[in-house]
This record gives sequence, C-alpha cells and structure tokens, in this order.
Amino acid sequence: MAQRTVPQPLNLRERYSSFVSASSGGPITAVLLVAFFGAWALVAATGGDFMTIDNIRSMLIRSVALGIVAIGQTLVILAGSLDLSVAYLVSVTAVLSSVIMDGDPSRIAVGVVVVLAVGALVGLVNGLVITKLRVNAFIATLGMALILKGLLTASFDNFSGAVPEEYQVLGYGRIGPFPWAVLLLAALGGVVWYMLNRTRYGHHLFAVGGDFDTARLSGVRADWVIIRAHIFCSLTAVMTGLFIVSRLRAGAPWVGPDGAYDLQSIAAVVLGGTALAGGRGGVGGTIAGVFLLAILDNIFNQLGVNTFLKDVLRGVVLIAAIAIYAVQRKRAGR
Amino acid sequence: MSDQTPRAEPLLELRGISKSFFGVQVLREVDLDLHSGEVHAVVGENGAGKSTLMKIVAGAYRPGEGETSIDGEAVAFHSVREAQQRGIGIIFQEFTLLPERTVAQNIFLGREPSQGLRVDRRAMENKTRELLSSLGVEGLSPRAVVGTLSVAQQQIVEIAKALSLDPRILVMDEPTAALSPHEVDSLFDRVRILQQRGIGVLYISHRLKEVFSIADRITVLKDGRRVDTVASSDVTTGDLVRMMVGRELDHYFPDRAAPGAMGDVKLRVTNGGAGMLHEVNLEVRAGEIVGLAGLQGSGRTELARSLFGAVPFERGTVEVDGSLTKVRSPRDAMSLHMGFLTEDRKSEGLVLPHSVRNNALLALRALRPSRRRAVNSAGPVSVADLSKRVDVRAASLEQEVRYLSGGNQQKVVLAKWLATRPDVLIFDEPTRGIDVGAKAGIHELMRELANRGVAVLMISSELPEVIGMSDRIVVMRGGTVAGELPAGSSEQDILLLAATDAEQEAS
Amino acid sequence: MNATPTAPERSVSDEPAVKGSSATRALKTLKGTAPVFVLLIILIALIAQRTPVFLEPPVFLAFLLQAAPLVLLACGQLFVIVSGEFDLSVGSLMTVTVVAAARLIDGDPAKTYPVFVLLFGVGLLVGLINGFVTTRLRVPSFITTLGMLLILDGAVNFWTGGAPRGSLPDNFRVFGRAAIEDFPVLGRLPYAVIVLVVLGAVAIYILHFTDFGRRMMSTGGNPVASELSGVNVARVKTTAFVLSALFAVAAGILYGGFTNVSARVGEGFELQAISAVVLGGALLGGGRGSMGGAMAGALSLVALFRLLNLYGYPQEIRDAIQGLIIIAAVALAALRSRAAR
Repeated sequence: MAQRTVPQPLNLRERYSSFVSASSGGPITAVLLVAFFGAWALVAATGGDFMTIDNIRSMLIRSVALGIVAIGQTLVILAGSLDLSVAYLVSVTAVLSSVIMDGDPSRIAVGVVVVLAVGALVGLVNGLVITKLRVNAFIATLGMALILKGLLTASFDNFSGAVPEEYQVLGYGRIGPFPWAVLLLAALGGVVWYMLNRTRYGHHLFAVGGDFDTARLSGVRADWVIIRAHIFCSLTAVMTGLFIVSRLRAGAPWVGPDGAYDLQSIAAVVLGGTALAGGRGGVGGTIAGVFLLAILDNIFNQLGVNTFLKDVLRGVVLIAAIAIYAVQRKRAGR
Repeated sequence: MSDQTPRAEPLLELRGISKSFFGVQVLREVDLDLHSGEVHAVVGENGAGKSTLMKIVAGAYRPGEGETSIDGEAVAFHSVREAQQRGIGIIFQEFTLLPERTVAQNIFLGREPSQGLRVDRRAMENKTRELLSSLGVEGLSPRAVVGTLSVAQQQIVEIAKALSLDPRILVMDEPTAALSPHEVDSLFDRVRILQQRGIGVLYISHRLKEVFSIADRITVLKDGRRVDTVASSDVTTGDLVRMMVGRELDHYFPDRAAPGAMGDVKLRVTNGGAGMLHEVNLEVRAGEIVGLAGLQGSGRTELARSLFGAVPFERGTVEVDGSLTKVRSPRDAMSLHMGFLTEDRKSEGLVLPHSVRNNALLALRALRPSRRRAVNSAGPVSVADLSKRVDVRAASLEQEVRYLSGGNQQKVVLAKWLATRPDVLIFDEPTRGIDVGAKAGIHELMRELANRGVAVLMISSELPEVIGMSDRIVVMRGGTVAGELPAGSSEQDILLLAATDAEQEAS
Repeated sequence: MNATPTAPERSVSDEPAVKGSSATRALKTLKGTAPVFVLLIILIALIAQRTPVFLEPPVFLAFLLQAAPLVLLACGQLFVIVSGEFDLSVGSLMTVTVVAAARLIDGDPAKTYPVFVLLFGVGLLVGLINGFVTTRLRVPSFITTLGMLLILDGAVNFWTGGAPRGSLPDNFRVFGRAAIEDFPVLGRLPYAVIVLVVLGAVAIYILHFTDFGRRMMSTGGNPVASELSGVNVARVKTTAFVLSALFAVAAGILYGGFTNVSARVGEGFELQAISAVVLGGALLGGGRGSMGGAMAGALSLVALFRLLNLYGYPQEIRDAIQGLIIIAAVALAALRSRAAR
C-alpha cells in the first residue's frame, strides 16, 4: 500500500531548531551566562573590578589564544581523534617565527609561511601515524609532543630572536574597541562553523567520528578526513603561536606548555558539549567553554589564588566537566 | 510472490565461483543466477559459504576462480564501490547506520547533494522523502535522528540507503533477524514493491518458513557447493533441511517435559517494575522450559536483564528458591545460581580475542571460590569435558573464539554458564543466526538441562522455537505480561496476545 | 577425577589428566612477547661491545639497580593497561613519594618506617580515587590520571613552594643504595635488585596465575561481557589502579635512594612506563599482556638510554627518541595484531 507524501516546505520552527541543534551546546551557553553574572557578583563583592572595559578585554585576549587552538581541537575530537601535541607546536611556532623574523619587518611573511608549513607537516605526520600506522591518537600525538619537545629544548633554552614592531599589530591592534585578535577568533569560528554544518567535509567529519567503518563503507575517504582534521588543528596551533609571539615580542620554548594548551583546549571542547568519543558537538560550545575558562581564570587572579592551586583546580574542572556530561547521558538513557 | 516469468537473460549470473582463504576451500564451483524481479533465497548451514558468496557478489571479495556477469556482460569488481556503481546493493545483518545523524544524513552519507562546497539540505531531504514513500513508508521524518528510531525503522533506513544508489540487484543478509512477525510482513511487502520495479533480490536467511513466503527460487549450499536450485513451490521444509544437512532430522524439536514432571518454583517475580517494565508476574519451575514471547520492544530482554540484576527491579519482589531476595547485580544473581545467555553473544557474551578455555571459565572465575559449585565431590571443572558436552568444534581449546562460527560461539557461552552449575538459566534468543545443525544441538542441551532440574527461561522471537520448546508460554506486551498459553499453542494465539490493538489481528 | 579443592584464589585448574598444559600455555604467552627479549639481548650486547665490563656482576647489577624503579612502574602500569585503562599519575606519585618522604622524615631515622606506611597509604588513596573517577564518574582514564598528575604536581609545588626541603636519612636510602655484601657468585647484591625480583615475581604471579589476573584480562578484553558474566569490573579496574599506585610508591622509595630531592623527580616516568609496557607486547586496548614482557621492556628502555649516552647524544634528545619509540612500539604492535588475523 504505497502512499505518496508531498514534500512539505520547512516551517519556521523546524528551521530554527535545526539551526540551533546543528551548532552546539545549549546547556553550556546557559552555564556561561550564569558564570558570567556569578563572577561579576563575586568579584564585586570582594572589591575587585570585573565589569570594566579593561578587564573584559583582558579576558577576551586570554580567550583568543586558547580559543584558536580549541577550535582546531574541536575538529580533531569530532573526528574521533585527539591532539596532545598542540602545546609544543605552539612553542615551536613562537620560537621559530621569532628567530626567522629577527626584528626585520620584511621577513614577517617568510616567518609566517615557514611556521605554517611546519604546522601542516606536523599535522600531516600526526594524521598519517594515526590512520596508516594505526597508532592510538593519544599515544601518537603524545609521542609527537615529545619529539617536538626534544628537538626544541636541544636547540633553544631561552627567549630567542625577536618580533618586529609592525607584527605586533596582530596582538595589540584594534578597530575601535575591538582587538584584531578577537575579530580573528570570531572569523575563524564562523568559518569552521560553516565548514562543519554546511559542507560535505563537515558531514563526513561527523560521520567518521560517529563510526569510522560505516563512514568508510559508505565511500567516505575516512583516513583523509582524519588527516585533514589533524592538519587543520596543527594550523590553528600555529596561529595561536603567531598570536602569542606577537604579544610577547619574542618566543621561548616554555610558552606552549606553560599555557597548558593541550589539556585546556581539550577541556574547552569537552565543556562545550562535544563528546570525547566523537561524532557529536560543535564549535559554538567550544567557544563558550573557552570563555568560561577565561572567566574562571580571571576570578582566580582577582581572588589571588596561588598559581599552583590554579593548576590543580584546572585539572578538577576538566574532570568534573566530563563526569557531568557522562552522568547526563547515562540518565538520558543513551 | 512475483508472477513475472524469468527473462531469457539473467540479471546476474555466477558461474563456477570458487574461493579459498589461507588454504581452506570455502566455495567450490558455485553457479547461481538471478532474474529481474525475482527473489532468490540462498540457504545453508553456517560455513556453507553463503556469506562469502554474497560478499563476492557485493564486490567485497574477489573470486579465486569463476566468472560473474551482469546482463550477460562479464564483470569483475575490485571494491564494494565498483559493485555499487554497477547497480549492486547489499544490506548486511549488522546495521551500518550512524545513530547521531539524521535519516537523510545517513542515507546520503558520502554522496551528499551539493553545490560547490555547500550541501544542498533541502534536496537531500526531499529525495529522502521520495525514497521512503516509494517503499510505502509514512510518518518517518528525514530529520529524525536515527538513534531514536526503533529497530524496524532503522532497517527501513538501511533499505532506503541501499535503494538510494538505484540498484538493480539487492542482496539482503538475514534481514529479519531482529524483527517481529508483524514487522517481517511489512518488510516483505516492501520487497514485493521492489520486485515489481524489476529489482532482483538475493535473500539469505536461516528462517526457512519465511523463505517460503517470499522467495521464488531457493538455492541450497552445503560445504561450499551448490546442492540444488529449486522453485519454492516445488519443495518442503523437510526437503530443504535434508539438502542442507544431509540427513533427515526425525524430531525437529526434542520432546517436551511430561506434565507434572516439574519441581519447585525456582524463580518468581511478583509485581516487578523497572524502567519500562511494570506489574510483571512470572515464575519458573525446576525442570520446565518457559518460553517468553512478544513483539520487539515488549520488554522481554529488559525482564531478563532485571531478573539477572543487570538493571535491578525497582518495585516488586523476587524469590529465588523460595526465599525473598534482592538481585542487585549479575554477581548477586550468580551467587543465587542463576545464569544468563545474552542476546548478542559477540559483544556481551564472549571476550573475542581470548581462547575457548578462557571464555569457558570466565563466569566461574568471576566468583569467589567459596561461592562456586564446581569444587565439590565431582572435582574441579574440566574445560575439555565441558566442551565435549556442548559439542564445541574448534581447532583446540586455545583457539580464539572470534574464529569460531556463530553456533560454536554460542556453545562456548553455554559452556561458560554450565561451568557454574546453575539452577536457573535464562536464554535470550539462543539460536539467533545459527545454522540448523547447531540449533538442534542447543535445543537438545536445553531440554537435557531442564530434565535434570534446571529452571529454564527462554526468550525467543522465532515462534516455531517457542512453540516447539516451551512447556509453558508467557507472552509479554508493553512492558508487562499479557498472558500465558499452554504448550503447543498456535502461532496465532501467541500473536494475538502479543499484539497491542485490534488493527493487528492474525486471522 | 581429582578431589582436592584448589587453594583460594588460585586459578581453577582444568584438565588434570593432561600434564604440562599450564606450562605450554605460559610458553605460548612468552612466545608472543619474544621480540622484546630479543631486543633486550641485542641492546645489552651493544652496550657490552662498548664497555665490556658491563657484563660483570657489579656493573650489571648496578644497571639493574638503576632500572629498578622503571621496572616496578612498568609492572604497575601493566595491570592498568591490561584492564583497558591508562595511569598517567605514576610519575608525579613518585615525586610526591620522594618529596614528602624528605620533608616528613627530615633526617630522623625513627620516622622512616611510619612514613613508609603513610606513603603507601597515600598511594592507596590515589589509586582508589583514580578508580572511582574512572569507573563511577565515567571519565576516560587518561584524563582522570592526567588530572591526578596535575593535582599531585600542583600539590607538591604548593606544599614546598617550589623548592623541596628536607633530607632523606640512610635507612630510607637503604633500599636504593645499600646492598648485601659478599653474596655468593654475584658479589655485591643491591637490596634494590632483591626488591625488584621479589615484587616482580609477585606481579607475575598476580597477573598470570590468579583468577584475579584473569579477571583483569577479560575486563580489558570485553568489559561488558565480563560484567554480565559476574566480574565486578569497577572493582577490578580500581584494584588495578591501586596496584599501579602502590608499585609507583615502591618505585619512588627505591629511586629516592639514589637521587636528589627535587620537584621534578618523577617527571616523564609515566610515559616511560607506558612505553616499556607497550614494548613488552601489551595491547593498548587491554586484554593482553605479559608481565615478563613489560619488565623486559623497561630494561630495554633503560639500556637504550644508556646506549645513547655512550654514543654521545645530548640529554634533550632523549625526549625525542622516546617519542619515536612510543610511536614505533605501538605501531609495531598494531601491525602484528593485524597480521595475526
């Protein structure tokens, strides 16, 4: 008994809900708002300055560095993989670009191109080792981190080179009240959002993260989807490195690990609702997660929390975020 | 059934196909042909070569020898994609769907309609709707997330996905394994629609009764050879079975227990409730086999899992061997001498990379020695004896179970539980995906266990099995017991109780 | 049929009529890990070629002494990996052991043994927390233990303000430094080597000869099937974490015997432990592994680093080499398991 159904035009509600759910993190945005106002109240109560232009701007700047690399990490995690080499890649970028530029504005372009190439290569190697050699992503990228660390610390042990003043525009320049960097982050976020939700690559990325074999059997070149995600992630790490070095004026080997870009980017992604297993989540949530971490950082600073304790608390936040999402899913019965 | 007469030239023809893996001959000179608009079933025991043959058709394997031709023209596929491009679609037993993605996204995975980089979602959804309605399906939204659909609906998506490639040949591997009888009928309606469109269907199944109702011709494989190809109207089940196993089975099922031969109530749940289950009342006596029937989603597996403590009851009481008790975990259940053979042996019953020996001892080793029954006057457990008793065919006890056939794997699972000498044994789909010979063996074992005093609860979706094996039939519906039927009841009686509303009558 | 019941917790014996079956099985496991033993022999040979005294008892035993902490870490790590998880907190637990011991004992020998007890207690707690968070809160173990690593490191730094104080008395260092003099044939036998052998034997016994060890293997091989067959997966994994932590504390005690007290003492050890285990043939997904292989893997790693030193490579390159080793070892393991199908 065949019945023909006439294709119905999408009504407004369906379109809206598909738009919202396609991006990400409903819950995390709510948490972010709560945290924002909560922080405001807390800091005001202890006599600090939260809701000032300077403070907001400083939180935004802090968010940019982590945010850029967290966007890259989002892609990789969505694909069902992981990248723990980003912190040292940030360091390598900072030092290398600084050394190449060496204060000479005519060498900015060369510096940028070289580090982007290095980043692409690192991403390619990560991707190949994971897909072709079948090495666990955590081990592969951890191994790469060690290799980068070894090569870097064997060659440099302090600030090296220098960044020309013209270049520092990236880190310090503004349009009106908005720092260049924040616009860069927003633009990147927009581009990646579009890529994830509106292009074939994005569809394939979700599929590969959801079930690698199914995607492959459906004709998706799953290996290359993962490799491309890793290349992209490494490129974002390079971008973060370029941004950091523009603010620090010279690069040093500890820049990456000091900022804990590996763990913090994963934390931001997870906080934002992207599943560690892959196949589910999005960019919007990650950015919300990044802001949340920046707010937390800001609170810690304002309240004068000990640096070491900050690390401890960061670890706890990461674990708590994952645990909460896991418990939530269990309750939902999935 | 299709009333199309076979055309002069077959749609698909296989001639002299042979294949071996690592020196083991799996197929020997098999011939097969398929006509447009025909449903051609392929039956045979596990190891007979059906799966391999189908994978060759689908392009996943290349034949060692022999030729394949489509419309008379010779073809040779190097990949599944090539076969797909030539119009061959295959639907595997295990679904290949992404639960987090929508129906439309799943169907068009890898072939999303696009303009440049941008995916044309509207086109994708419209095409999805067309596909679904061409299958006679209403009410399934292309935007539904696949993970929220029922098994039968997911299968529709699988079929739609295969159809979206516009195949002329469709291979279906055990499509009804997870479906209720009602859903099987719907599936067959859809297959007939496909037939009318001229698509040729190759259909693998262990369920001989179903094969008769859908297939035009049947090919029997045995030990890699084609025994015969017959029109389905020309043979009986007995004939087929004889061709498949080479001997006539005198009883298809072992004799049931004599009435009054049952012992005490070993397991009783009163007013049990958990999740979707509510007001469940059930009892199983020593020496009896209680068959638990019901439609997909009626709560049978949920009941089993609650009885075994995997998802403990929240309401009601449980009595084991006469005493009130709480079963809060599988360990609790095991210390009360219960055992549970799960529905999915590969993911829930076995540690695939481990040996037969390790798997057989898995449950026993989980118990503390003081709680084991193995160490008594009969001495420590001998895996060799256990394996012989259940008739496991494996190269050795050290062989990894992932290399065993489905039937042998199930026997290892059974051995695992027998090692704990249970008083109550729950079977969930004990013979799903298992060939006739192994099936009979497992049925014999079940009856033997019951005769020795074990209380057996058997969940099954194969009605002949429920009717043939059960001393008493309990029917579930909507999370509770709908009713009880005596041994030997008819399929209609069972279906009547199992179905929800007046619409689904089986007259 | 035999009537003697088996001793508690020993594996259920089967096939009493067929002699030597457990021996043949043990041999088979060993065969799977053969490559790492070959590697170890090659490395030792290369070192001996450069420094022939290496093969003489005093020098070789000193080598074992140096390797002992890592070997113990690898043993503990194998329990966790075989159960299907990772433990990245062991390095910082070693740091905590050394730093806390120094601070608390502070040169007073009377405090040594009570502090030992305290340290093992801390290890127990850490293992329990790792287990709880991983099994009940469903956090992936590499994140849990990475978080624990941060917490332990942060706690150490916080407590010592970045500059650890105190000193370790001789009776603490005894395990690391002292020895039995005039042992027949071998001459000077360091206590550490004895501890190593004893604990190593215990580890081998637990994993390969007890039902608990089998439960760990099946938990790693298929946790769902194990749970439904009555294995208390949460308890098995938690116990694995506890064992790993306890072995880490033991490793820290040995290490404290011949190292300087600093806040970076244990840094990097967790990755070395994982590398050692993987070299020894364990499948990172769980369900397979050999304790002997893990120990040989650890020895190989230490031998390799010594060889690199002999060839004159700078310390920093060690990290890079290690990264390569980890990747190579896992890749090889993956290739082998695919080829075996």
